[in-house]
Amino acid sequence: MSDATAAKPAKRMRFANVLSAEWTKILTVKSTFWTLFAGAVVLIGFSALWALAFSASFDDMSSNDRATFTPMLPIQAAFYFAMVIFGALGVLVITAEYASGMIRTTLTAVPRRVTYLAAKTVVLGVVVLLVGLAVSFASFYASQLILATKGLDGSLGDRGVLRAVIGGGVYLALIAILALAVGTLLRHTAGSIVVVFVLMFVLGIVGGFLPGSWGDTVNKYLPSNAGSAILSPTRQQGELAPWTGLALFAAYTLVLLAAALVLFKRRDA
Amino acid sequence: MIEARGLTKRYGGKTAVDHADFTVLPGRVTGFLGPNGAGKSTTMRMVLGLDRPTAGQVTVNGRPYRSLAAPLREVGALLDAKAVHGGRSARNHLLVLAKSNGIPKRRVDEMLDLVGLRSVAKKPFRGFSLGMGQRLGIAAALLGDPGVLMFDEPVNGLDPEGILWIRTLMRGLAREGRTVFVSSHLMSEMALTADHLVVIGRGRILADTGTREFIDANATSHVLVRSPQLAELARHLTARGHRVEGDPAGGLRVTGVPAADIGDIAADNGLRLHELATVQPSLEEAFMRLTGDTVEYHAATPQPSPPQTPPAQDPPTLPQAPPQDPPTLPQGPPPAPPQAPPPSPVPVSDAGGTPTPPDGVPITPQNGPTQTTGNPGWGLT
Repeated sequence: MSDATAAKPAKRMRFANVLSAEWTKILTVKSTFWTLFAGAVVLIGFSALWALAFSASFDDMSSNDRATFTPMLPIQAAFYFAMVIFGALGVLVITAEYASGMIRTTLTAVPRRVTYLAAKTVVLGVVVLLVGLAVSFASFYASQLILATKGLDGSLGDRGVLRAVIGGGVYLALIAILALAVGTLLRHTAGSIVVVFVLMFVLGIVGGFLPGSWGDTVNKYLPSNAGSAILSPTRQQGELAPWTGLALFAAYTLVLLAAALVLFKRRDA
Repeated sequence: MIEARGLTKRYGGKTAVDHADFTVLPGRVTGFLGPNGAGKSTTMRMVLGLDRPTAGQVTVNGRPYRSLAAPLREVGALLDAKAVHGGRSARNHLLVLAKSNGIPKRRVDEMLDLVGLRSVAKKPFRGFSLGMGQRLGIAAALLGDPGVLMFDEPVNGLDPEGILWIRTLMRGLAREGRTVFVSSHLMSEMALTADHLVVIGRGRILADTGTREFIDANATSHVLVRSPQLAELARHLTARGHRVEGDPAGGLRVTGVPAADIGDIAADNGLRLHELATVQPSLEEAFMRLTGDTVEYHAATPQPSPPQTPPAQDPPTLPQAPPQDPPTLPQGPPPAPPQAPPPSPVPVSDAGGTPTPPDGVPITPQNGPTQTTGNPGWGLT
């Protein structure tokens, strides 16, 4: 055959190649930095703000509230508001490709879709895990600095605190991956962000209003409540055990990711 | 090499590509010709494994695209020049693609130089013009030095210089022994670029043949004669049984006779000739003839009218000058004439459905082998 390619040995591309490409991809758009920056500012800022609020009003709190106070409480409150931002990054890394049409270029370069989505998941997971850990520790130290003014601060050596702070970083990475799955399923930025917002924020509020003991049971299995359990140094009333909760959240993520993969494989790009 | 066998794509009830069989061979430019909506882009997406065929299969170098070891090293494709993340720079875009297929980094800079985007390589893509986007798309396609290249409407929206550049590039790539498959609805452009044609209409492959053969088989050449004694000349020609028609731009179209014979007839009868030229049929003409049978809808073509009818102001189709091989021009401002897009050749209805003639105008299928597209009202017979 006179075909020019026939003679040329094509080196099989490896998963490492696709990983490296996805790594370059996530680091070469500004939206990655802005999203992570916004997430960091909100998480650290709100942790500090809540620490300030707790310090200022600790004396007015009920004795019961004072008894259950942990130095992680400001961070737990801040997570509630900040985690959706990390979800937005997970959505954007895939829906931006659909919005621009880049997905067709991408899938021409990497036609094996499982490989592609796996690489994207790993890269997103690693990026958000690293940033998430840093932000989680920063939030902890920032809030403890403020809590220390009232002598309410704790340390990483306290029971369950180190696990809670590290767990926070892992939780953020899982949220981003869950959002990636949602984005892959919906292929639309705004729609996916709304769905992630409902899953991570609205459902938690709705769950809080459910009446009776069945309400409490349902409430603790809701995604954001299950995942947030990892942030409590000791297991709280109406919460799953920390690792159980995070494992359940990981399971939710895995189910969505599996559904996304099935559709992604089958659908026309 | 690209091979499609029974390739079919249906979207719901609509068949976009219908049992397409064709082969794209290396060493030549194969044009993929068809009106808008004929199924060209869908076919190309199936070649690249982006869309799944409903039935049949298509292979590149003997294998389905999705099983290629390193696709960009075997196939380079430009489907949509705008399919790039707006915030990423041109260089980073190419870098991502290179990394995914293990292509050395230096190829990125080489390609940026080749397409002339070096100076804007670090600028975000969103500021790129359509022409710059096309150049970046070409750079991406050539990145892996692939043996098979596919371009979907590559000259759309380009200025004459860009068109000439792409045309020269495609011919050069084919000369190097690569498989070049390029779609277009611009027939004048295809006539200049393609050695071979795959013609598609309404999802079906209508022809898979050489460009020259395609034109010869589907349209006839004629001789254009101008003379101050046109009526008399026409009489002599028809007396000998030659077919004579009026040319919309003035003069006579004579079919089936060599120009030399017409010159002799004129000389024998003492008639003066001002012009005597053999006119090769255009690809456009051939395409319209071919699709005349398969297309259900036509723009209104005037029926033969009585000889007294005054000449129409705007004849529907003018014969085109014979296609010239593209001259390889020296660098510098190209004197190439802009390729004016030909008038939309054949309006094709997207919906399947029964043909409905437009208000009162009868549909005239153009399948007579010697019928010309000029207004028959000009006939001097």
